[in-house]
Amino acid sequence: MSLSDDLYRETILDHYHNPRNHGSIEGATEVEGTNPLCGDELTLYLKVNDAGLIEDIKMNAHGCSINTASGSMMSEAIMGQTVERAREIIDTFKTMMLTKEDTEAMEDDLEDLEALRGVKKYPVRIKCALLPWNTLLQGLDTVKK
Amino acid sequence: MSSLDISKIRKEFPILRREIDGKRLVYLDNAATSQKPLRVIDSLSNFYSRHNANIHRGIHTLSEESTNLYEGARESIKQFIGAQHSCEVIFTRNATESINLVAQSWGRQNVLPGDEIVLSPMEHHSNLVPWQVLAAEREAKLVFLELDEHGQIDMDSARKLIGPKTKLVTFTQMSNVLGTITPARELADLAHKFGAIVLIDGAQGVPHLATSVQELGCDFYVFSLHKMLGPTGVGVLWGKKELLNAMPPYMYGGDMISSVAREKSRYNELPWKYEAGTPNIADVIASGVAVEYLKEIGMDVVREHEVEITRYALNRLKEIPEIKIYGPHDATKRGGVISFNLKDIHPHDLGQIMSDAGIAIRAGHHCCQPLMKDLKVMGTARASFYIYNTFEEVDMLLAALREADRVMGNVAIR
Repeated sequence: MSLSDDLYRETILDHYHNPRNHGSIEGATEVEGTNPLCGDELTLYLKVNDAGLIEDIKMNAHGCSINTASGSMMSEAIMGQTVERAREIIDTFKTMMLTKEDTEAMEDDLEDLEALRGVKKYPVRIKCALLPWNTLLQGLDTVKK
Repeated sequence: MSSLDISKIRKEFPILRREIDGKRLVYLDNAATSQKPLRVIDSLSNFYSRHNANIHRGIHTLSEESTNLYEGARESIKQFIGAQHSCEVIFTRNATESINLVAQSWGRQNVLPGDEIVLSPMEHHSNLVPWQVLAAEREAKLVFLELDEHGQIDMDSARKLIGPKTKLVTFTQMSNVLGTITPARELADLAHKFGAIVLIDGAQGVPHLATSVQELGCDFYVFSLHKMLGPTGVGVLWGKKELLNAMPPYMYGGDMISSVAREKSRYNELPWKYEAGTPNIADVIASGVAVEYLKEIGMDVVREHEVEITRYALNRLKEIPEIKIYGPHDATKRGGVISFNLKDIHPHDLGQIMSDAGIAIRAGHHCCQPLMKDLKVMGTARASFYIYNTFEEVDMLLAALREADRVMGNVAIR
């Protein structure tokens, strides 16, 4: 197994080849994220109901495997969650990606996200993994207004 | 095979002996920056160990030596680009700064509302954004030439778009994405018919092609030394003496003045009028060494080698039908820069897997986002060659491309 195989684990490739919640939602909150380094773009659609639950999330991404897989896993992780819980998940994920030392393992319902831990070995790619999450944060802020 | 003695050349570049995760480095990112030969690296250390002093001001020995070395580099570069006068060679930080100098100095003085600035659609952001800003400020218009299906500038479009309103025509000598070598002379002659000024971005041209600013027929020529074996931090603006004399300075301060009174100053003559403050002395001197080395090898030999390795790489890449190659397919009409995509595999993924195999390529938009949009891609992978690259390294690139497809789940190559 090469170094690359380690990065491109099965889970990542699965989400890359079959991204979950791909597409757009009419009338939903719409935010755009870009990675100026590579020009990757992402449009995120977000629907939050009056009770503060994330009812639906979809993404249109033209990105690399890490970016696409990360967005796909993120959409699964936060679908149906409260905005508050979503913020917690974002925080946990970003801490995992941005902390140099090893952080605690993800909770069971977030275990797919563990696959992205390997990206930390490739500092340039961390931005790719974070793009959907930062775009989501922007989306949550917009929805509130 | 070309007359270039590659194994001898490779010995001059210490970095080529480096290993990446136990694999020999294969450096194919020369369009971004070239590697440096030992004599250039030594020149830097030698300058600081033996000659270091500020230039153009000291009476002491070191200052005189530094000044002579610095001005000697200007002379080397003047000869290398076939300029008539040393005073037309101005040192900047890089090609980007050279372009900004022209845009801010010549541009603000000469571009008027309604004027047109004509550009190729494959310019690096550095030869686009300064003109966008100038055009907005002066209420001028940007006009873009068209490309034909080979990625070459369509001269019919040029003849339609360049006219009496044109104030400036600017384009790359060689595209950093498509490798296209543009019809510089033809475009320059056309522009001059209407009294327009011509600026050529030589950043990708002069490191690889025998270049004479006289033969190109331009008015301004810009490039960066780090792409041609020199250190980072040195760029050149070459301009016609009459134009440079008529333009206002770009930056003000020491070195660029001839006398200063409390209220008013007189500016220095060329080239120092445009070199305010202490310049990048050591790197300029090392740049002169780089240029002398290229002269020693011979630019015709450099070109011959690059045509051969480009032709070989194009043929090998075509073995995989799922690879899309951008730009001219004839190696004699292009430089050693090959942009490609392997089906839907994102260039960043390709670049990453290549890197794990010790191969350095560039992946992304190459600072040419408008061109990426025209090509309808988010980015491309790009391999670019120089004097030390071998056919064997092209073979390694091909093997790594097949490996990349395997890692990604055999999605591209049948």
